[in-house]
Amino acid sequence: MQKPPVDYIKRITANYAALGYKTYQWVHNEDTPPWTPLTKPLSECRLGLIASGGIYVTGQVAFHTKDDFSFRAIPKDVATSDLRTAHFAYDQTDARRDPNVVFPIDTLRRLEAEGVIGELAEHAFTFMGGIYSTRKVRESLAPQLTEQLKAERVDVALLVPV
Amino acid sequence: MGLIARHAEAAGIPTLCMGSALDILQAVYPPRAAFLDYLLGHTTGKPSEPELQRAILLEALEAFSSLSQPGQIKHLPFRWAEDDGWKDGVMNDGDTRTPRRDTPQYQTEADRILVEQNDPEACEVCETAA
Repeated sequence: MQKPPVDYIKRITANYAALGYKTYQWVHNEDTPPWTPLTKPLSECRLGLIASGGIYVTGQVAFHTKDDFSFRAIPKDVATSDLRTAHFAYDQTDARRDPNVVFPIDTLRRLEAEGVIGELAEHAFTFMGGIYSTRKVRESLAPQLTEQLKAERVDVALLVPV
Repeated sequence: MGLIARHAEAAGIPTLCMGSALDILQAVYPPRAAFLDYLLGHTTGKPSEPELQRAILLEALEAFSSLSQPGQIKHLPFRWAEDDGWKDGVMNDGDTRTPRRDTPQYQTEADRILVEQNDPEACEVCETAA
């Protein structure tokens, strides 16, 4: 049987209210988003990946679960078996079995080899989503990640939240 | 992630934001989005199904060509299961989040030991926000 998409905001708000918790405030943008047109085919683009599933590489400091808004740079040639997750808010069982479900590194390396994308950027960037402070994202994380994408000279960015 | 998409796009980088929560994608209203109607925690596919993962990313990346107006969302042609019954139980079981701790939450004890043996200053890839 087919059902409409899950109404997460309504359900999570009700769920937390019943527990007496502070409500997570999703950003609600009303204004039309900015737009940069693509000027060449994807097969000629360097693609940057940003993912918020709390991915880190063994040897890196893991994310902590209290208002962490730091990020990690993951080399594009990382061994998939060295990838780990640390996140407070989603079931990480499948992500720990196969990180590609929230961090499509093997998939993108394959699309690079197939020529679907021109090139994968030298590093992907990861953080732990569910940051309560939109100010920290707006004033710190978003500008820093944009700087990283620019330093990697990416033509397009793929963003993968959880 | 919508804020990051908007920031990067405004700085001249075309972005595509994926997502499995349609209402949240609509609220954050990123420049380009691809919606996959899957259980949360599987934004780019099911585990150990590389062909499916590839098919999902191909459909998603196609949005860079097919979306021509800011704020559009491409609905990807995949379903988590034949029966959408899984949707009934989602987010109805109290708070399943782990307690908030301000120390790194390593997946394995070996990861923690590895970092503590290393000089964190020497780790080139451990970039951290100020």
